[in-house]
Amino acid sequence: MIGLGLFNYWVVIFLMMVGFYTLIARGNLIKKIIGLNVFQTSVFILYITMGKITGGTAPIFIEGQEDVVYSNPIPHVLILTAIVVGVATSALGLSLVVRINEAFGTIEEDELEEMVQ
Amino acid sequence: MSHHLPVLLVVIPLVAAPFAALVNRPRVSWAIALGSAWWALYASLALLRQVMADGPIHYALGAWAAPYGIEYVVDPANAWVLLIVALMGAVVTPYARLSIEREVSRDRIPLFYAAFILCMTGLLGIAITGDVFNVFVFLEISSLSAYALIALGPDRRALTASYQYLIMGSVGATFIVIGIGLLYVMTGTLNMADLAEILPQLEANRTIPVAFTFLTVGITLKLALFPLHLWLPNAYAYAPSAVTAFIASTATKVAVYLLLRFFFTVFGAAFSFDVMHLDKILMPLALIAILTMSLVAIYQDNVKRLLAYSSVAQIGYMVLGISFASVLGLTAGILHLFNHALMKGTLFMAMGCVMYSVGSVRIERMNGLGRAMPWTMAAFVAGGLSIIGVPLTVGFISKWYLIQAALERGLWPVAAVVLIGSLMAVVYVWKVVEVAYFRDVDPDEGVTEAPLSLLIPTWALVIANFWFGIDATATVGVAERAAELLLGVGP
Repeated sequence: MIGLGLFNYWVVIFLMMVGFYTLIARGNLIKKIIGLNVFQTSVFILYITMGKITGGTAPIFIEGQEDVVYSNPIPHVLILTAIVVGVATSALGLSLVVRINEAFGTIEEDELEEMVQ
Repeated sequence: MSHHLPVLLVVIPLVAAPFAALVNRPRVSWAIALGSAWWALYASLALLRQVMADGPIHYALGAWAAPYGIEYVVDPANAWVLLIVALMGAVVTPYARLSIEREVSRDRIPLFYAAFILCMTGLLGIAITGDVFNVFVFLEISSLSAYALIALGPDRRALTASYQYLIMGSVGATFIVIGIGLLYVMTGTLNMADLAEILPQLEANRTIPVAFTFLTVGITLKLALFPLHLWLPNAYAYAPSAVTAFIASTATKVAVYLLLRFFFTVFGAAFSFDVMHLDKILMPLALIAILTMSLVAIYQDNVKRLLAYSSVAQIGYMVLGISFASVLGLTAGILHLFNHALMKGTLFMAMGCVMYSVGSVRIERMNGLGRAMPWTMAAFVAGGLSIIGVPLTVGFISKWYLIQAALERGLWPVAAVVLIGSLMAVVYVWKVVEVAYFRDVDPDEGVTEAPLSLLIPTWALVIANFWFGIDATATVGVAERAAELLLGVGP
């Protein structure tokens, strides 16, 4: 089937769109954060996918084995950083939602907009 | 010691930040913040001097050579931005002590200073690094701490403003990561200089324009280019005054620098402007930003919000300068980075003084403030003159170069828009001046002048506004060198 070789990338695009749509279309502040998480997760998969080399193994060097193909570990390391950033963003975002709920008594965007005016 | 200056500039504030949180004594935390900010100022001045004398500095982190290791590169363009960030940090921190005591509850002050130092560290890091993924990491350090700083504002609307900024800022940052990832998958490198060498060979590849687009959208979101500026007005209006003064004069400037770095150094001006036709999108957006945002600013009643819209318009001027892709245009844009930091810093700090004494920055509370707070309002007028672009102020220098750059390209309508933008600035500055100087004082207000520790930093910036407006040889010299370097025409 056409494009099945790029299966991971289709998943990335699907998740990216689902996350981005949730982020924009939902009025609930927590759902927005979840959307942001899904959106970021799609990028994690994008990075992890690009590090994979067909037939490659874990990049551990063993003496005597010269002709082994390794997967590229750098995208994995990069995305570990991005995951940490994502966790920090979600934590900060959710704690802001808690404070917004304490201050306004709602976390629905349309109701907040009325109160902010 | 001086050999390690590039990394120490970033590491010392980074290490100082947790101490500021842990000591848990407001005054000590403040002193730590002050120490890190002044250290950054000293280090960035030393770096700028070294770069102007001896050329770019390359520093390999942990002695891992580029392109595999992370490299810090200091050249005239980013030494300039480092100086802007450090200078504003060094001026705002002394100012913050009393202003923050009034606006942030006491138990949160140590955390406030920790976040403040981290924000400055992040901005310095973005400017100094020569590694594109490192840019993202520092971008998130500065953004996350900025969201926290904004949420500490005295008004409850600070929370929603911070949330909105968090959502839009994270989307922008994620777009930047996608762009960086696509670049990496095509080139196998994250080092900017290395990317700049490999990318021209891949011009026909379809992934590169996609990466370019993701980066453009992500960065313009961060720098609040119209129409991606929606997070900015509320964030600036409801953040604590010292935070607004710092972020307004640095965060968007660093994002503009990032734009310059990616378009000119990484992709190269030829690809950005001849293949992708970036000027065709940047110039209209910049012009719309100047006209519409100045107009919106005129109708604001909250003066901090008014200044925030004016900031979006001013970002338009910077982007306009960049969109000419000429030495003169870039000089104007880079010059305006510094000059706008000076004038917006002055204006927001004057509003911080008003917030301190009056407890509000709504225009109807400013009746007769010119008599009750003569020094504060005089500083506001000075900043206002600068933003209008009156001769002898820095604003005039920026606009002079910008108009020259427009005429050099034969785009006189663009020069006209710059002038119309200035006239609109007259209107919104006058709005405040009229209320402050030509109305009677409310007798029951009993407002007094702000304390000296707020006035001295504010006036230091006022003096800088005139100093660099009268003698611009130093600032123009650096901006020109940076522009030539970015366009690759210099020595």
